[in-house]
Amino acid sequence: MKRKTFIQQSTAGIALVTLGGFGFQSCNANVKTKKITILHTNDVHSHIDAFGPDDARNANQGGVARRATLVEAIRNENPNTLLLDAGDIFQGTPYFNYYGGELEFKLMSKMKYDAATIGNHDFDNGIDGLYAQLPHASFKFLSANYDFKNTVMDTQVKPYHVFIKEGLKIGVFGLGIKLEGLVGKKMYKETDYLDPIEIATDMSRILKEDEQCDLIICLSHLGYHYSKNPDRVSDLVLAKSTKNIDLIIGGHTHTFLPKPTVAQNNEGKNVLVNQVGCYGINLGKIDFYFDSENNKTADGTSIIV
Amino acid sequence: MVLSKIEGKQIGIKDSLKIDQDFDSIIAPYRTRLEEDMNTVLSYAPETYSKRDGHLNTAIGNLMAEIVFKEGNYIFNKRTNKNIDAVLLNHGGIRSIISKGNITTETAFQVMPFENSIVVVALKGQQMDSMMTYLSYAKRAHPIEGITLTLDKNYKISEALIQGKPIIKDKTYYLATNDYLYNGGDRMRFFKPNDSVYYLDYKIRNAMIDYFKKVDTINPKIDNRFTQTK
Repeated sequence: MKRKTFIQQSTAGIALVTLGGFGFQSCNANVKTKKITILHTNDVHSHIDAFGPDDARNANQGGVARRATLVEAIRNENPNTLLLDAGDIFQGTPYFNYYGGELEFKLMSKMKYDAATIGNHDFDNGIDGLYAQLPHASFKFLSANYDFKNTVMDTQVKPYHVFIKEGLKIGVFGLGIKLEGLVGKKMYKETDYLDPIEIATDMSRILKEDEQCDLIICLSHLGYHYSKNPDRVSDLVLAKSTKNIDLIIGGHTHTFLPKPTVAQNNEGKNVLVNQVGCYGINLGKIDFYFDSENNKTADGTSIIV
Repeated sequence: MVLSKIEGKQIGIKDSLKIDQDFDSIIAPYRTRLEEDMNTVLSYAPETYSKRDGHLNTAIGNLMAEIVFKEGNYIFNKRTNKNIDAVLLNHGGIRSIISKGNITTETAFQVMPFENSIVVVALKGQQMDSMMTYLSYAKRAHPIEGITLTLDKNYKISEALIQGKPIIKDKTYYLATNDYLYNGGDRMRFFKPNDSVYYLDYKIRNAMIDYFKKVDTINPKIDNRFTQTK
């Protein structure tokens, strides 16, 4: 049985690592390690520019041109990096009112985003308004529980994609929030919303068994958790109701977490759930380290957050 | 390969990070065009106002409701000779704080980025009761004006008034809201069916800009319009 041990990093700069009583792999010079870095944003809401110096809450924070510098530095350090967004790219500054999302998509493409899922506000200029901006996006749109077959978005959105980095298969699928009651029907038109838990169960099985993925990531716009309505589907509900998902990257609730959450799936294994607030104020960074199986010296995976 | 270790953190996008000039030069022409429109100073905020400050009513929410009431009623009264009795907006629709200092056109775009317009709905007293029930269940500081709602410690309604008077079942009330909520947004389902609906063709954001132009210094307060007795 694989056991994941959760290690909390309590003091900045000191990584505590204890693994099942065996030696730590990095001590062994023969071990081949691969590192995959996942970078992520959510709910950027058209915040192209940094907040101004007079903003009472977020002065001088965020900004796409600064994020670009950071992303490039991380990519230079580890080329095996994926850059993902969990939706609500649109709406929140006059850039969207004036230009309809064109600049958001152009800049994300230039920053080499690999994939995004679709948030409720990405329908704010209607599904036609989203479709109209697709020529400016060179990244993939992933949504497994929105059925677009009777809309203009048909064939533009895939349920999942398997990225291959250094021979490792990284399966990423997308999940969107229920649109009825949140977005006007005339905006989302014939987009069908399918049950996220059922779809996630299918997706994780396909990615694990059929696609043989080494890593499975869900890009979710369901929201982190609803404290007044804890049974409502959310990232924490999704985490405990499914299996084989390693990381849930969330959005919608604009949740600033002090650190990524370690939740347990329906097999009792750990799932990392993360969300980085909103408005491009933060970039999430999750590093996954892989060791070759015959060098497996420790029982399980350590999680340092 | 076997997953052996995961490290997760977030990195703040701070002003210590260099601005990538390639990106900035792409943004520049878009930004220049916007700034021409956005930097006009309209009013002044003596404090910072956030929708998180207050339990069931907030200063910023009360300001939004007042804007829709005053600016909306000006148009509604001219067209119909009737008056708005009450306003209901949604807490989630306030998308930004108003920072202490100058209020500009951009402030209006930040607080109200959506293109939603004011709608006035003629509702019977019964539907106003449904609205009050909705508010008592929602337990959120949805912006209201012309309404007094008091909940007991179990969030049950102890008093519900329109313009300071108890709701009369068969009376018609004119409730101003926006088209998003009118069409069922935030699960507000009490607007339909109705006696009539008046589309003012007046964007909430434009109502804000018009209001700010008239008011030298805003001064919204938390008050007793929507409260809970402990």
